[in-house]
Amino acid sequence: MVNGKRVLIIIPALNESGSIAEVVHEVRGELPGVDVLVVDDGSTDRTAAVAAAAGARVAKLPYNLGVGGAMRCGYRYARDHDYDVAIQIDADGQHDPRYVPKLVDQLDETDLVIGARFAGEGDYNVRGPRRWAMVMLSGVLSRVAHTKLTDTTSGFRAANRRVIDMFATWYPVEYLGDTVETLVHTARRGYKIRQVPVAMRKRMAGTPSHSPAKAMIYLGRAFAVLTLALIRR
Amino acid sequence: MKLTLVTGLTGLILLATIVELLRRRQLREKYGMLWLGVLVIVIPLSLFPRLLDNVAELLGVASGVSLVLFLGIVFLLLVCVHLSWEVSHLEEETRTLAEDFALLRAQIDADRAARDELVSHDG
Ligand SMILES: Nc1nc2c(ncn2[C@@H]2O[C@H](COP(=O)(O)OP(=O)(O)OP(=O)(O)O)[C@@H](O)[C@H]2O)c(=O)[nH]1
Ligand SMILES: [Mg+2]
Repeated sequence: MVNGKRVLIIIPALNESGSIAEVVHEVRGELPGVDVLVVDDGSTDRTAAVAAAAGARVAKLPYNLGVGGAMRCGYRYARDHDYDVAIQIDADGQHDPRYVPKLVDQLDETDLVIGARFAGEGDYNVRGPRRWAMVMLSGVLSRVAHTKLTDTTSGFRAANRRVIDMFATWYPVEYLGDTVETLVHTARRGYKIRQVPVAMRKRMAGTPSHSPAKAMIYLGRAFAVLTLALIRR
Repeated sequence: MKLTLVTGLTGLILLATIVELLRRRQLREKYGMLWLGVLVIVIPLSLFPRLLDNVAELLGVASGVSLVLFLGIVFLLLVCVHLSWEVSHLEEETRTLAEDFALLRAQIDADRAARDELVSHDG
């Protein structure tokens, strides 16, 4: 329980055996009353076993579905087990669970809360094309959502029941769909979106998914995904 | 002139169809992008079939139109290969799913048998 609400923490994980145990321990330590569900997305290492040993519930997908596939599985679990709030946290330790109560507080007036960098807290720096992509995405998405969004690709989000119900039946698996397209979709359907400033940390182990060489391609794809999301209904 | 009208119209109708399918979420992004890319090349060619004449000459092909035909067939072959690859992938995935399902059922049956045994011992 956090502020009288039943909260489920959903952690999508792909080959994160190096950090998942610590993340699960930290969440359970900081937030004693919440349940943790790790969705292991066809990892080839011991992610599922390590997470279970750390005390998380584990849903092991038979093969890789991508972050979107793992998250829909998590939201279905949240819906079927009647949680009030579902919160996505990355398995690499970048998200600090101490911000969770702050996110949950906001859910009284808001349907989807995003833990966002670049909003005053922390000092996480990005440069080059990846930065331009972020500026473009936050500019357009802020307008669509009628609220200031500085970190649209953040995987640190809290959803209330209404949004859990929607995400349990609809959650894209396409590239950037889990972040950009869900925001457009959610805003278009009249749900309220807000961001809460958070500081993010360096990932604990493993390799980051984006190399600088891919930044330019990232910009192009972000543009394509955004355009598509805007013309879709 | 009439031919240009026919080919140009065909291209535009195809474009509208694909955009509409994408809008209704009937096409995954990756396929949608592929077909949109193809149309961006095909529509100018359908309006100005002689566009590729120079390139064709360079490659020793008699006319731009035959070059387009040739490239079109090569492209369609590649699409077919890609689709076969996707289907193989899907078959592999359903196979894994079926295995998972059978293993789960075996596990549940074993659990139930163990529980029944416990109950009959107690009673
Ligand atoms: N379920 C699932 N999770 C994934 C997949 N790829 C990455 N993840 C998880 O998604 C989270 C975010 O991945 P990261 O690689 O850290 O991506 P990021 O935070 O956007 O980028 P970095 O700045 O490199 O950390 C982590 O918890 C990963 O374990 C995937 O294919 N499936
Ligand atoms: Mg990360």
